[in-house]
Amino acid sequence: MDETAIKVKNLSKHFGSVTAVNDISFEVEKGEVFGFLGPNGAGKTTTINILCTLLVPGGGEAIVNGFNVLNQPNEVRRSIGIIFQDPSLDERLTAYENLDFHGMIYHLPSRIRKARIAEVLDMVGLSAKKDYIVRTFSGGMKRRLEIARGLMHSPKILFLDEPTTGLDPQTRQHIWDYIVSLSRDEKITVFLTTHYMDEAEICRRTAIIDHGKIVVLDTPAALKNKYGVSSLNEIFLKVTGRDIREEGSDEKERLGQFIRARKKLR
Amino acid sequence: MDFDAIRMIWLRDIIRHFRDKVRLLGSITRPVLWLLIMGTGLRAAFNMHGISYTHYIFPGIIAMNLIFSSMQSTISIIWDREFGFLREILVAPIPRSSIVLGKALSGATVAFIEGCFVLVFAPVIKINIPPVNLLLLLPLIFFIGFVCTTLGIVIAARMTSFEGFGVISNFVIMPMFFLSGAMFPIDNLPHWISFVIRINPLTYGVDLLRWDILGMKIFSFYVDFLFLLIFAFIMLGIGVFEFSKTN
Repeated sequence: MDETAIKVKNLSKHFGSVTAVNDISFEVEKGEVFGFLGPNGAGKTTTINILCTLLVPGGGEAIVNGFNVLNQPNEVRRSIGIIFQDPSLDERLTAYENLDFHGMIYHLPSRIRKARIAEVLDMVGLSAKKDYIVRTFSGGMKRRLEIARGLMHSPKILFLDEPTTGLDPQTRQHIWDYIVSLSRDEKITVFLTTHYMDEAEICRRTAIIDHGKIVVLDTPAALKNKYGVSSLNEIFLKVTGRDIREEGSDEKERLGQFIRARKKLR
Repeated sequence: MDFDAIRMIWLRDIIRHFRDKVRLLGSITRPVLWLLIMGTGLRAAFNMHGISYTHYIFPGIIAMNLIFSSMQSTISIIWDREFGFLREILVAPIPRSSIVLGKALSGATVAFIEGCFVLVFAPVIKINIPPVNLLLLLPLIFFIGFVCTTLGIVIAARMTSFEGFGVISNFVIMPMFFLSGAMFPIDNLPHWISFVIRINPLTYGVDLLRWDILGMKIFSFYVDFLFLLIFAFIMLGIGVFEFSKTN
């Protein structure tokens, strides 16, 4: 059995004249927690979108759980769970409905669906809230529900794109403890991005990407040794510089613009 | 065909629809306004060869509720894109064709309910629909709602903003409605208008409804039916293509 969960070879992606990902290569081993770090607009989300089949590679190759993202997208989709950077729950539905529908499109039979829902709700501590409309949830509860949903279909590889952004320290701690236990007990491979460098310390290995290129890739300890510093944060600033980065407006920002435009009209 | 996926997308839209009370209210007031106010107001101005104007526009009002409702249903596609739920669906191991078909069926179901609601007014304006015709009317309403939804899906799939959809759907819904024979007869019109009328799917939908309800028709049943069927297939094809884009 192959021990690689993700294999990326000479991967590139361009949007018009902008190069988002520039000829990167790396491998993620089965069961490892892999940190993918970088400033805004460095190419993290583009890479994740390619790995989870939302974008096709511009060049090079990406193999996820032994399947090529280009030719076997459905096999890849079955193997992975994703917690997106921006929320992707249906806020008009209840927590239970969100999970039930997720189970349906991952083809879990209804009996197994029921059991899994109870299991994952219990894991993230939302059992008591299962019949509440998601709109009424706090940011942390929504995140926990999304994590529960991403795990519903027992994926081999879990992608987490900034899963703890905007959460309080307690919730962040809770989520990371949980992710570590997942990789340890259930042998799930975790591929994560984060802006909190202290969180990246839990990774077995981390890569730092900037301007579409991987700048460093090693275990946190080895990196600290190499750069002679005591924290990942210092390494991060050392290799990516101190300039503040621009990024295209995200969905929430665009929605905000829309609401403001509507208000002006009235 | 992935029946789990079709069922999920259908069921989700139906649940959301019935939780949205404002929209339910809109579907009720729209036909009342048009049928009772416009119908009564314009009755004197139109001479419809022995048929009352309110009777004449009755099938057109059903068609109106169908097109409004199905266009409104497809806004959910833009909504889902803005709020991220579309990605949850797109990363699931389901064929894109099932996503589009699920959307078309849920839009058609909601349109069907809103279209059938207009039938409540039949006794009010004293239209008598024989049971056999009524039985045929139900699948016709569903079918026409389905066709309208496929068009809405194609528009919504290409739109990136709510504003854009509002503009386009008004730009599409209003001309489609007025140039379909819903409100006035479409013979004796200038050449260019009759061309637009002939490529408008709603023309054939209104023709089917009017044939079934009032026994009046312009085209044969087969022309109407085939035009709508082919139109829906083309729209579904474009819709699947749009949903499969990964650039």
